[in-house]
Amino acid sequence: MTVYDELVGQEPVIEQLRAAAAAGAEALAGTGGGGMTHAWLFTGPPGSGRSVAARAFAAALLCPDQGCGHCASCHQVLSGSHADVEVVRPAGLSYGVRETRELVLRAASSPTGGRWRIVLFEDADRSTEQAANALLKAIEEPPARTVWLLCAPSPDDLVVTIRSRCRLVTLRTPPARAVAEVLVLREGIDPDVAAAAARAAQGHVGRAKRLATDEQARRRRAEVLAVPGRLSGVGPAVEAAEALVKAAEAEAKELGASLDAEETAAMRQALGESAKGRMPRGTAGALKELEDRQKSRTTRMKRDALDRALLDLASYYRDLLVVQLGAGVDLVNADRERELRSVSGPPEATLRRLEAIMVCRERLGANVNPQLAVEAMAMALRTG
Amino acid sequence: MSSERLTLVVGDEELLVDRAIGDVVAAARAREDEVEVHELTPASLAPAALAELTSPSLFGGGRVVVLRSAQDCGKDLAAEIGRYAANPADDIDFVVVHAGGAKGKALLDALTKAGARKVTCQKITRPGDRVAFVRAEVRRAGGSIGEDAARTLLDAVGTDLRELASACSQLVADTGGKISDEAVARYHRGRAEVSGFTVADRAVEGRLAEALEQLRWALATGVAPVLITSALAQGVRSLAKVGGAPRGLRGAGLAKELGMPPWKIDRVRAQLRGWEPAGVARALQGVAETDAQVKGGGADPAYALEKAIAQIVAARAGR
Repeated sequence: MTVYDELVGQEPVIEQLRAAAAAGAEALAGTGGGGMTHAWLFTGPPGSGRSVAARAFAAALLCPDQGCGHCASCHQVLSGSHADVEVVRPAGLSYGVRETRELVLRAASSPTGGRWRIVLFEDADRSTEQAANALLKAIEEPPARTVWLLCAPSPDDLVVTIRSRCRLVTLRTPPARAVAEVLVLREGIDPDVAAAAARAAQGHVGRAKRLATDEQARRRRAEVLAVPGRLSGVGPAVEAAEALVKAAEAEAKELGASLDAEETAAMRQALGESAKGRMPRGTAGALKELEDRQKSRTTRMKRDALDRALLDLASYYRDLLVVQLGAGVDLVNADRERELRSVSGPPEATLRRLEAIMVCRERLGANVNPQLAVEAMAMALRTG
Repeated sequence: MSSERLTLVVGDEELLVDRAIGDVVAAARAREDEVEVHELTPASLAPAALAELTSPSLFGGGRVVVLRSAQDCGKDLAAEIGRYAANPADDIDFVVVHAGGAKGKALLDALTKAGARKVTCQKITRPGDRVAFVRAEVRRAGGSIGEDAARTLLDAVGTDLRELASACSQLVADTGGKISDEAVARYHRGRAEVSGFTVADRAVEGRLAEALEQLRWALATGVAPVLITSALAQGVRSLAKVGGAPRGLRGAGLAKELGMPPWKIDRVRAQLRGWEPAGVARALQGVAETDAQVKGGGADPAYALEKAIAQIVAARAGR
């Protein structure tokens, strides 16, 4: 067992991190250590395990055995309770300059355990421009034992001045086979189900796990994939669009409601809720603020759920294109091969449909009414 | 021991509330030469002060005590008012204004039980009631107005009762009493309130000029562009839904299937004349693009909306 166990299908990255951790140990011992540096940027597609890799690296740096995975230090890092690892996870839409300055100050202190002081910044691309500049100052002139681990989908998501001061760790989209293997080994899932889920998730490890274990998620995906077959006319297309949006909303609500209830209960208790459920004076504002935050999070979840559905839909047309062009690559939805082969039409129309899905995603990003955007897409999918 | 000088005004239509209070004050002035009027709110009134205000005056003269937004009364104050109401002074008019609703309902019940005269001033929401209000207003000012003229006036002035009331008295003064359709048209022109739905209805009916006119009115009177796009979307969406509904369904079954009330379905059916499925699809795509334009994707929301309406009308014609 090592700290890298959670990383799926990222062998080259693990090699790189192992070498760096060894170099880090040398640097601590004062014997060389040229392979270690103070700032790292983890990039890769969503679900490939950017923050998992960063966390594993943090554990390896702090572990006396460079990442044994079972000592106290490794456990603390992996469970998120190590005193020398600070995890920054922007929950809102952006990460501001004030918070960044405070973070920089904290990051400058010496490590309590005598090895490294590590700041793990997930979704560093959400920092504002000013925040990025404040961060840059810290990364430009680093304290001797501080290590920055930044995560972002691609290097282009960070300003060039920060990018140029980080060593890049590029994660790839994990191969479906590796994902399936992990599902079988770790979750004890039936190999066939695991293989299908891994292909359907297209390299997103978390999503693959969900698809393999959650019947509801599978059913939702099947409904999305049934949409192309339902576009027989304008009326049914509008209905299909409505169903898509409603399903996404239901999914977000389901995920959000339990989270919200828990948070609200904790907040009420912290503010001094009486046994009868009455709140003390002057606490309504704080509760309202929490409610607003939860609402914006639910909106985001809705949008994310809808986006997932659109990507699933895109995978259908991607497969259709593969079949139409006779390309020799694996299908994402292999179970629908027969249906795909029976669809007639030129590949140009399929490309236009894929384009319509991408336009819809862009419009959703621009805050267009979700139902309207999806309806317009359904119209385009119908005619091609 | 009389409760006839106790008045309870329930409701939140400001004009009517003020009139009810005005009536009480006028009645008091008719009785006495000198009348003091005290306007209070729960925030400015301590329980003890109420006793002071409602005890007899050394100098004689009438007194009107008005307590506004009584729904905000604290427990102590409400109890004090309840005690006073059970045993009111003979020479003081006491008016309690309550917004209605569940807040401070105990006070409302206590006053009703004490036999207070109740005046209801609810907000007028139904169009028919508004017409009745206008006609009553004109009669009050000593004139007369027909139902059609009242409707025209409502279209032109809007739904704010204060504005309507002043428009009525002005019209009576200007025309000398008899207000006809022409008289309203002479002094009032245009529309005060156009909703996005009117715009959408004209657009899907293919009446380009009217739709554009309504759009300009709507934008000029401050309807948010976003609301207009959503109304357009709803209009076109209904076309798609009703047009694509299964043939066999009728009446209530169809209403349930589509999630629309039957009268709406009938109206959409009428609007559906002249539409082809491909046209509906094009119109819907146009509206989606417009929503993006209105929400910051384009330079001018008004232009985007005009273009959308033109697109919808063109899609109907099959061009």
